[in-house]
Amino acid sequence: MVATTVRKRRPAILTGEHFMLGDHACAEGALAAGCRFFAGYPITPATEVAERMAERLPEVGGLYIQMEDEIASIAAILGASWAGAKSMTSTSGPGFSLMMENLGLGIITETPTVIVNVQRAGPSTGLPTLVGQGDMMQARWGSHGPYEIIALVPWSAQECFDLTVRAFNLAEEFRTPVLVMTDAEVGHLTEKVVIPPADQIPIVNRKTPTEPPERYRVKSWDEELIPPMPKAGDGYRVFVESLTHDERGYPVMHWTAQERLVRRLIKKIQANRERILDWKERDIEGAEVVVLSYGISARVATRAIAQAQEKGIKVGSFRLITAWPFPVERVREIAGKIKGFVVPEINYGQMVLEVERAAAGQCRVLLVPCAGGRMHEPEAILEAIVAVAEGRPYDPFEAASAWLSAKPVKGRED
Amino acid sequence: MPSVKDLAEKTIAVTGGHRACAGCPEPMIARWILMSSDRPVIAALATGCLEVCSTIFPYTAWNVPYIHVAFENVAAVASGIVTACKALKKRGEYDKEVNIVAFAGDGGTYDIGLQALSGALERGHRFVFVCMDNQAYMNTGIQRSGATPHYAATTTSPAGAQAKGKPQKRKDIMGIVAAHGIPYAAQAAPSHWKDLLTKAEKAFKVDGPAFLNVLIPCNLGWGFEPEETLELSRLAVETCFWPLYEVENGKVKINYKPRHKVPVVEFLKRQRRYRHLFEGDHKELLEEIQSEVDQNWQQLLSREALSAA
Repeated sequence: MVATTVRKRRPAILTGEHFMLGDHACAEGALAAGCRFFAGYPITPATEVAERMAERLPEVGGLYIQMEDEIASIAAILGASWAGAKSMTSTSGPGFSLMMENLGLGIITETPTVIVNVQRAGPSTGLPTLVGQGDMMQARWGSHGPYEIIALVPWSAQECFDLTVRAFNLAEEFRTPVLVMTDAEVGHLTEKVVIPPADQIPIVNRKTPTEPPERYRVKSWDEELIPPMPKAGDGYRVFVESLTHDERGYPVMHWTAQERLVRRLIKKIQANRERILDWKERDIEGAEVVVLSYGISARVATRAIAQAQEKGIKVGSFRLITAWPFPVERVREIAGKIKGFVVPEINYGQMVLEVERAAAGQCRVLLVPCAGGRMHEPEAILEAIVAVAEGRPYDPFEAASAWLSAKPVKGRED
Repeated sequence: MPSVKDLAEKTIAVTGGHRACAGCPEPMIARWILMSSDRPVIAALATGCLEVCSTIFPYTAWNVPYIHVAFENVAAVASGIVTACKALKKRGEYDKEVNIVAFAGDGGTYDIGLQALSGALERGHRFVFVCMDNQAYMNTGIQRSGATPHYAATTTSPAGAQAKGKPQKRKDIMGIVAAHGIPYAAQAAPSHWKDLLTKAEKAFKVDGPAFLNVLIPCNLGWGFEPEETLELSRLAVETCFWPLYEVENGKVKINYKPRHKVPVVEFLKRQRRYRHLFEGDHKELLEEIQSEVDQNWQQLLSREALSAA
């Protein structure tokens, strides 16, 4: 149905308690953070973010544009950011793939913006309406070249709101695109969302030049890690360059310039890891097994953990809120004290590689895979927890096959 | 056009039992178009309503070789198929004469698919590109597209206190395609099925790219009852909202000229996507739509006259 009702103008921040869709909460988080420009393209299961923005942005004096594809969508939000607006787009798998070149453009031009990826099952068109978590490594490495990225993973509608606000704040502070890696289940959950009063929502705005344009001098990167960002039209000389460039933005075709630029882009995030990193842990003290998960998989894991605890197994949980950067130090520390990590994710092993790297052989790291289109059965996670606790072998492929053969296979008529 | 009897004897290339919405003409149109081919057909589909409703495994409705590609690249994939057939033929490894047909919705044609389409048309591959134009992204739940007409409401061009539906006009995709100088481009509608079949037949015969833009009245997205599909199609033609015409080697020919042009408001008022124009006083917007339709029709008439001269 096409909405044709005349609605009253609502404020940008809908303070109060709501029963709200995860995708809509992302949109409300963006508005609360000051986003006033959205460019997007319809794609299941992220369309509700765009639809909400199309409805809400005109109410708050913002602008919504539907573009001709996802390449145009991300390019438009980069442009909008340079015009001074806080900007966002939302997409899912195939659209996220199309955005990858321009994500790199956002990184090298240090453009604050937010991209919401409501992950679905891939590769390619895959299962458009059903859940996946298969873009986690793409989020880290999807664009070509060396760089650092910030990616947040909400597990509830409330966190869709909270983390979208945080994504904008991080983007503004570090002058970089920030990814919100939600998924089809979280995006389509309708649950309680509390939107605080405006004065309780922390807002960070990008640093802008303090001197007037005629007296503005570009500082050396040795003096400031994150340079201020003028906006086009304010009178400053704005030279935005996708080529390797120097402080002024002018292209320099030399490895020395590349080393200086890329190293700084990486350093500005790495040096601030402690402030960016976020996770939630429970019952880690004295645990023999820790379930490390994120997004909807972490919610399924809570049941498996409860089941294991009933059996008397000491299980802790570690939920990633920032997937990137990854909390290597803390995971390494825990690895030294436990028998093993169990990592359920709706893919065939992505964040688990990072856990393995952090654990550095100190303990077992078991992946509980799931190709997508569904969440894990809690019992599948329980199986891996028990395997670690009892020191039994566990083969993720075999375990997944066992779950598959227990079900009649749809879409095959032998 | 072959006789109805001949058509009845043809293999049904797109079968029933698909999952199209009640009242959706897309599978019917796909069937008609494939019936019009004098050679075996290879079909490539972009992501869209037709693909989704006709192919959920194991219930495929396609009795011809079929490939579903991504959203943006059906014309490019079709180019690859055409070229591969050609190359294999040259090496003596393939001897069939086939027609390659690409189906896409308006999103896969006007918007995200335009780059691939333009490239394929410019390279001059011998294939037929069919745009199933339902004037919005219906498959993802009615978002505006480059094909959505002026003032039509969609979920991303809503009508309300701030906006009156889509503020922009639709793209002239026929003009864009014809500007590539391809041998054949035509606009058709399911209410005028003989015209559609004739055009499909012509499209399959030309030596080079051919383009068909077919109107798909969408009861879900436009907001009308499922049994009114063909009536809406007929009204679109009778009001000159959707002129039936073709551009053959640069020459424009209008295939149907309504004796009495029906006011466009008769077409608009039957659809919920225009409902906001009839709530309160929006006479000037309705007049604007009428004048746009009139202007396009006049332009088409003069282009036809110019072609005849």
